[in-house]
Amino acid sequence: MTTFLGLPKPVTYAPEGVGNLRGDESFPHAARSALKSAQLRRNVGIATATIREKRATVVAEVDDWEQLRDAGAAIKADVMARLPELLEQLEAAVTARGGVVHWARDASEANRIIVDLVRETGAREVVKVKSMVTQEIGLNEALESAGIAPIETDLAELIVQLGHDKPSHILVPAIHRNRSEIREIFMREMPDAPADLTDDPRRLAMAARAHLRKKFLSAKVGISGANFAIAETGTLAVVESEGNGRMCLTLPDTLITVMGIEKLLPAWRDLEVFLQLLPRSSTGERMNPYTSMWTAVTPGDGPQAFHLVLLDNGRTAALSDEVGRAALHCIRCSACLNVCPIYERTGGNAYGSVYPGPIGAILSPQLTGMNGHSDPNSSLPFASTLCGACYSVCPVKIDIPSILVHLRARAVDHTRAQSAPNAELISMKAVAWAMRSSRRFGRAERLMRLGRLLGFRRGRITGLPWPGSAWTTSRDLPIPPKETFREWWLRERGALGSTEGDT
Amino acid sequence: MRIALLATCLGDAMFPDVSRATVVVLERLGHTVVFPAGQTCCGQMHVNSGYLDEAAPLVRHHVETFEDALQTCDAVVAPSGSCVGSVRHQHAMIARAKGSPELAERAERVAARTYELSELLVDVLGVTDVGAYYPHRVTYHPTCHSLRMLHIGDKPVRLLRAVRGLDLIELPAADSCCGFGGTFSVKNPDVSTAMLADKMSNVVSTRAEVCTAGDSSCLMHIGGGLSRLRTGVRTVHLAEILAKTEDE
Repeated sequence: MTTFLGLPKPVTYAPEGVGNLRGDESFPHAARSALKSAQLRRNVGIATATIREKRATVVAEVDDWEQLRDAGAAIKADVMARLPELLEQLEAAVTARGGVVHWARDASEANRIIVDLVRETGAREVVKVKSMVTQEIGLNEALESAGIAPIETDLAELIVQLGHDKPSHILVPAIHRNRSEIREIFMREMPDAPADLTDDPRRLAMAARAHLRKKFLSAKVGISGANFAIAETGTLAVVESEGNGRMCLTLPDTLITVMGIEKLLPAWRDLEVFLQLLPRSSTGERMNPYTSMWTAVTPGDGPQAFHLVLLDNGRTAALSDEVGRAALHCIRCSACLNVCPIYERTGGNAYGSVYPGPIGAILSPQLTGMNGHSDPNSSLPFASTLCGACYSVCPVKIDIPSILVHLRARAVDHTRAQSAPNAELISMKAVAWAMRSSRRFGRAERLMRLGRLLGFRRGRITGLPWPGSAWTTSRDLPIPPKETFREWWLRERGALGSTEGDT
Repeated sequence: MRIALLATCLGDAMFPDVSRATVVVLERLGHTVVFPAGQTCCGQMHVNSGYLDEAAPLVRHHVETFEDALQTCDAVVAPSGSCVGSVRHQHAMIARAKGSPELAERAERVAARTYELSELLVDVLGVTDVGAYYPHRVTYHPTCHSLRMLHIGDKPVRLLRAVRGLDLIELPAADSCCGFGGTFSVKNPDVSTAMLADKMSNVVSTRAEVCTAGDSSCLMHIGGGLSRLRTGVRTVHLAEILAKTEDE
């Protein structure tokens, strides 16, 4: 076993068969189905365009936005560089304030810990704050199979839960639904929905509010994720818009918080940076309406039992990749989703994982590993044109395009090592061989000229056999020219010492 | 100035008019253009498809070819934001990843003197009016790599505004990707086409005759769609517009 930065290799990935980090089909296939829904494309297109504009406006107001991004990136890099030390510091601080810290190596372990903790309280129902990590580990499914009902209290998560649906966006999980679809879901699934409910957003919100209020008042256990955890003080922070989180964090007797180990910040003062970066990048607000912070147990106020579950689930594996580890800097703002031209067309469910969009395309495969060509997550790093829109908005400056390219190489190298050369590898090798010499390349160009025959009648190529058909089903190709530039130069300027640099 | 032309593999094989136009513009401005005949490909397709082992020798070949050229030339120019992006942002990285820091340093030196056409014209040569005449209604698509990798900003637009007779119409949602993405266009043909459809409808909405850009690859994609749908809108590279004069 070799070690890298003290981390053991081979690394341990998130286990298969539990949680929601991997879909059933590859991205191109899932995307094809998603693209067929005109309703989905309209819903997601309108929503992302709106939030993109809001973000751009409020980001433009901040004079030192670029410095804030640099600070965010630097703090996160520092956290990753001394994660073990900071985690232990957090554990000590939480324990000192009366909390209990649990370490979960993966989704199965985390689910087991949480189910056991809920069982000990005797509760049959838990109220949940919107949390990506509980979606990641499939906590709701685990609770349900233990006979415990998880109640999502974030409006959009509630819509997803009642619709027996999957979240399709990090911040707005029901972004793929419009208000009339939401009304239908409420009428069908919410027993206490008023009979005269309309699709007026305010009416919909009030119906959900009345429904949830009863749950908040009766719940004995609350479950949350965390946006930030301060190693120095043991303080946890959740930022939200609706106030449901505040209810879940304060009303029940027992609070269980699950967080990925990368959510740490070293010190209280670091929040200053992230509480500026997150709301502006995320909801396009100057400040989010509710920021809740708590430090384990405060006697006589709020939950009197507090458990913190620290989750790895493939994060250490990601940390061991020198290039890929920057994906762990993500603060789940979802700005990259909102600007991504791929996400805008396919929505989030095509990515198969709870982490969709550009960040999902670099995070999910690193958490699960990529197990060859048939693994849906091996297709995710290729689900991008590398247009760079994600990188330009990322509040912690994760160079997503470069990490995508890096993971593509990892996927290719895996295939290279595991199986006989496929058609793609053979053609890539052949092209690279031809292009290592200008003479060979020139000969290849002359061969390409045969392509003129394919388009001699129309002046363009309109149909090619596979794999060229992937292009020509929707796009024409120009016919190769009679003379390449190289040939023209030699004919016209051949005498002008044109062969310099030939190898 | 003595300038080495990087025609790019796609440009050399499929779009020779673009490189010829680049030569015409630079020579009209009084510069000498050299075509280092050893050139082949920058290796971007291999890098972006994950074939780093295959890309590494192409990077070496490119660096050696243009290192030689730069012995006698002041700069390298390519009529492609994407290829310059690869030279500038990927070559050294590939060399390092493949254990050759020495090649990486040489790649950085070549990259530092390699420019996209509008960068060379506006930043290095200090011209925006290249004496062109192009009496057409034109819309401009800023390609992703020139916009977000090279940060060329409005340089192409400044060049186009100085072209006599040219009616420049702003393209709605201009900065959104056309869906090409190299092998993305064939690995994810459905999403690629969905993106292209939106780009085309924006192009058509301008009622322009010509859609221009600084990259032949993106134009091949947009043009392939516009041609399939018989929109009657042509795609013409920025260099070709800048090369046209009233004498023609």
